[in-house]
Amino acid sequence: MSIFSKVKDRLEDLRRPGYFKKYDHKFTMVIDLDRCNGCGACVSACYAENNLPVVGKEECGKSRALNWIRIERYVEGEYPDVKVKFIPVMCQHCSKAPCETACPVYATYHNQDGLNVQVYNRCVGTFTCATYCPYDARRFNWFTYKREKPLDQQYNPDVTVREMGIMEKGTFCIQRIRAAKDRAKDEKRALKDGDVTPACAQACPTGAMVFGDLNDPESRVSKLAKSPRRFRLLEELNTDPSVIYLKRVMKDGRGTSEE
Amino acid sequence: MAEGHQKSSMSYKDVNEDIYGIITRSGIGYYIICGLFGAGAAVLFILPWAYQIYVGQGVSGLNVPVFWGIYLVNFVFWVGVAHAGTLISAMLFITQTPWRRAISRGAETMTFFALMLVTLFIFIHMGRPWNFYWTFPYPTQRQLWTNFISPLTFDVFAIGTYTTSSIVFLYFGLVPDLAALSHTASGWRKKLYEFLSFGWRGTDAQWYTQNKACMFFSAFIMPLVVSVHSVVSWDFALSLVPGYSKTVFAPYFVTGALLSGFAGVLLMLSIMREAYPVMKKYVTDYHYDRIGLFVLVLSLMWSYLTLMEVVTGLYANTSQEIEHLKFKLATPPYMQLFILMIFCNTVLPLVYIVRKVRGSVFGRFVVPVLVLVGMWLERYLIIPNSLSRKFLPWMWQDYAPTWVEISISLGTLMMFISMFMMFVKVFPIIALFEVKEDIGVPMKNRKHH
Repeated sequence: MSIFSKVKDRLEDLRRPGYFKKYDHKFTMVIDLDRCNGCGACVSACYAENNLPVVGKEECGKSRALNWIRIERYVEGEYPDVKVKFIPVMCQHCSKAPCETACPVYATYHNQDGLNVQVYNRCVGTFTCATYCPYDARRFNWFTYKREKPLDQQYNPDVTVREMGIMEKGTFCIQRIRAAKDRAKDEKRALKDGDVTPACAQACPTGAMVFGDLNDPESRVSKLAKSPRRFRLLEELNTDPSVIYLKRVMKDGRGTSEE
Repeated sequence: MAEGHQKSSMSYKDVNEDIYGIITRSGIGYYIICGLFGAGAAVLFILPWAYQIYVGQGVSGLNVPVFWGIYLVNFVFWVGVAHAGTLISAMLFITQTPWRRAISRGAETMTFFALMLVTLFIFIHMGRPWNFYWTFPYPTQRQLWTNFISPLTFDVFAIGTYTTSSIVFLYFGLVPDLAALSHTASGWRKKLYEFLSFGWRGTDAQWYTQNKACMFFSAFIMPLVVSVHSVVSWDFALSLVPGYSKTVFAPYFVTGALLSGFAGVLLMLSIMREAYPVMKKYVTDYHYDRIGLFVLVLSLMWSYLTLMEVVTGLYANTSQEIEHLKFKLATPPYMQLFILMIFCNTVLPLVYIVRKVRGSVFGRFVVPVLVLVGMWLERYLIIPNSLSRKFLPWMWQDYAPTWVEISISLGTLMMFISMFMMFVKVFPIIALFEVKEDIGVPMKNRKHH
């Protein structure tokens, strides 16, 4: 190996946030839009699991709702001949994430599980990650959000309560991933498919969301990811997102366009 | 340099007295105005900022796609205003341009105070400003380091270098002046000048060293004229956002910065000349002529690059770019703002083609103010506006600044004015030794170069 290619390899390593040649896991979510009926159960499950504050009508009107997952609705056509499309969008955990290059203090980086993680304590709130995010998946704590007295009992003890002035985003329920990895370690085995289910996938009544490890060729997501209906959101931006959507097939046999 | 002639009848003593007069001789009215601006800054800037820090960034008009509002607009605007100082002090110093001498100190002072506001606006726009020092690569027990591929880290270094070198350059120029003035001055000013001039005696060796130091710093600062605002533009150009992600941004921002900077210097000189008629001896029509030409050339360059920015978007022809351009160029409030911007920055500076206009009241006051307004609008139309129309239409959201943002912007402007007014009362706003160079050595040379 020539010295030139050695240096080149080293530099390419450095360009990869987190410096991992290969991730231990590559956690991926497959969302089947043919099964999704847009009920919003994933959204409320996310609120309950991740201690998301409910900010009220006025703040939502200013587009400041702190939903880590949202269901985007698009209406096409006029009344009798109307088509409604919807798509759940959360943090896509891009392998080449624009947000990771932007943070001056490394508050967001790629961990060894292939997840894009946010370190709340390190965040100084420059907004750059959110500005760079093409999916608008990041949410900001505009104020200190507190729950009133009996409601604070609802807090999930496994998840940090964020303070004012920091950025947050979907985590693929990293607390559940950590717990599952711990359990697997205690039982002296590797993490297997189905060990981890994020709150949104757990709540989905039609089973449209499937979560797993893309590095494991036998996992459900690996099989689903080979589907011809597969697409990823804004793939042309080359962010290499970890959320794979399966197109909805209409009556006439065509797939819905991916926006 | 025929225009230097009118000064040749002056002696060094006249120059000393004129400029010391600017420092000391002004009525109570001046201090009242200065105090009012200071009080305005305290009420309009400090109090709302304290409120924002206490309550949270939610008091601003920011929302989910539009995370960068007019704080960032002001940040880029003041970096721009700071640019003329560097150009005048460094580039024109190396090329030995004669008309920089009388205006260099004023421009450098503007740079200094503008950079203070730049730093302030970085803190103001942050969610947790009390942690600002985390952006510096300082040794820490927890082995945390800054992210060197982040354009914001580039910014920290670019603006840090720029601020440090501007202050040093300003001070190097001040040393001989303060020594000269310490003979004229009395009271606390005399003590201050004697202390700050570090025993400057004006020997040949000292002049040689001072000139060498200024030469070195000019060569050092010159690349900064291009690099600092390029780095600031990369905050935007290195993202994927339609309207931000353009390679034309670095030259576009640098040109715009110089345009607004020269307009700022022009306005500052005009106001100073009205406040101190004695300055009319030093800042003459010749200076207005030259700066006017500079503004004209920069405005033409800026117009070309604005056209290129729009054409780049059209040429890319992605649906996102087209939506962004539609929003910027054809949606009511922004369409009018765009037209106003083109009027202020492209159409209006064309009046400088006529030589007479460059020295007229219209050319000295109205044009620079409107150019500054236009340049502010340019940043407004780039920064929050591009974010309003990002990729997924579901998240499209408009932005309007709240009273907190507007009040902080006005308050910082007042702070700038009051600090500048205080600076004028302590330090010479015209570089004494450079003006004396213009006059030439008395007795020896009465027929000018």
